[in-house]
Amino acid sequence: MNISIKYFGQLAEVTQKEEESFEFSKHSVSDLVESIFVKYPDLKNKDFKVAQNNELVSADAKITGAEIALLPPFAGG
Amino acid sequence: MSRYSRHIILSEIGQAGQDKLSKAKVLVVGAGGLGCPILQYLAAAGVGTLGIIDFDVVEISNLQRQVLFGTKSLGKNKALAAKKRLEDLNDDISITAYPEKLTHTNAIALFNEYNIIVDGSDNFETRYLVNDACIITNKPLVFGAIFKFEGQVSVFNYKNGPSYRCLFPNPPEKGTVPNCSDIGVLGVLPGIIGSMQANEVLKIILGIGTVLSGKLLCFNALTLQNTTLKIPRSETEIIKVLAEKENFNKKQIDFNCEIESIEVSIKDLITKENIQFIDVRELDEQPKVNGLAVTCIPLSDLENNLDKIDLEKKKAIFCQFGIRSKNAVLKLKNLNINNCYSIKEGASEIIKYINIDIAM
Repeated sequence: MNISIKYFGQLAEVTQKEEESFEFSKHSVSDLVESIFVKYPDLKNKDFKVAQNNELVSADAKITGAEIALLPPFAGG
Repeated sequence: MSRYSRHIILSEIGQAGQDKLSKAKVLVVGAGGLGCPILQYLAAAGVGTLGIIDFDVVEISNLQRQVLFGTKSLGKNKALAAKKRLEDLNDDISITAYPEKLTHTNAIALFNEYNIIVDGSDNFETRYLVNDACIITNKPLVFGAIFKFEGQVSVFNYKNGPSYRCLFPNPPEKGTVPNCSDIGVLGVLPGIIGSMQANEVLKIILGIGTVLSGKLLCFNALTLQNTTLKIPRSETEIIKVLAEKENFNKKQIDFNCEIESIEVSIKDLITKENIQFIDVRELDEQPKVNGLAVTCIPLSDLENNLDKIDLEKKKAIFCQFGIRSKNAVLKLKNLNINNCYSIKEGASEIIKYINIDIAM
């Protein structure tokens, strides 16, 4: 399945892109995160949450949608 | 024409809405990049009671984005300087400045005085404290945070909506998320995000529109793309915070949000620019460090020589063995002088490194 992934904030600095499409054949959010870590090992040191089709999901959620976003926390003010 | 005529002629606001604004009490945490536009618009709109809490002082590098301040505010406490400017903007309203740090000890009593809390702080320690105190006092929290060219906005703890911990349950590991002073920020970005926060505050008070609760708005200033993500409420997270209610004011801050440790090696510093080197040994101690511009301030007399410290530069502090320099950093930190680092190596090793550097 082909999914689109958006990277926000510090994550986009690691991936050097804000968006990309990703070929993915497994099931859960944690599987997807593992595959992303293979491509970008430096993301392992970053804190982030995963949203699917614009809704925050937990690690065990099933990948059903085509749009994934990885969201880090911001501290600045 | 009255001051608020442009509000009053809007059918959605009217005199009744303006009266709601004048009765509202809003506390803004942090009078920095976000706090300035938030405070400016809330004061101008006639929010009747405004509180401002900030322990920090205005520095020249703040003026690029912190629009309430000018050169005359330099060195002044931000809460007091903001109050002064806002009283000129609107003398109809009551403004209280708290020139102190928000802590677990003072947060609950302070939040109880207000109806809405706005987070314009710049570190995770304060952000989690504000979130938890809002859950305990049951106050809506208008949240905003920025990173370089991107911003996040949401309203937490509003009518049984989610809290910040429902989104990010725990603060990130120490040193993994930098802040504006370390990496920079586009000056207008806090203006945009802070204005969105002020907009949410006005909507909550007036009861108009749709409050950004249960959703996080992510804004990118470079692409002007907005993404809104739904955040579910997590009862587990809320209950965990409420369980701490009785112990809240006794709680010590149990995580550290400092980006770097206060100790560094001369090897990491020597090539960096914009550093003030400070020798905190007594004036007669040897060897002297030549080949570097060094400010000599003995630790024993540090408090009387604060004017020699350059607030705009990073401070690399050294002594004979790296012990007094560490004490000096901690002392300065308590005086709210940040960006200070203790060099692990003593003076004689520093001299060696400088010589190697020059030889290369």
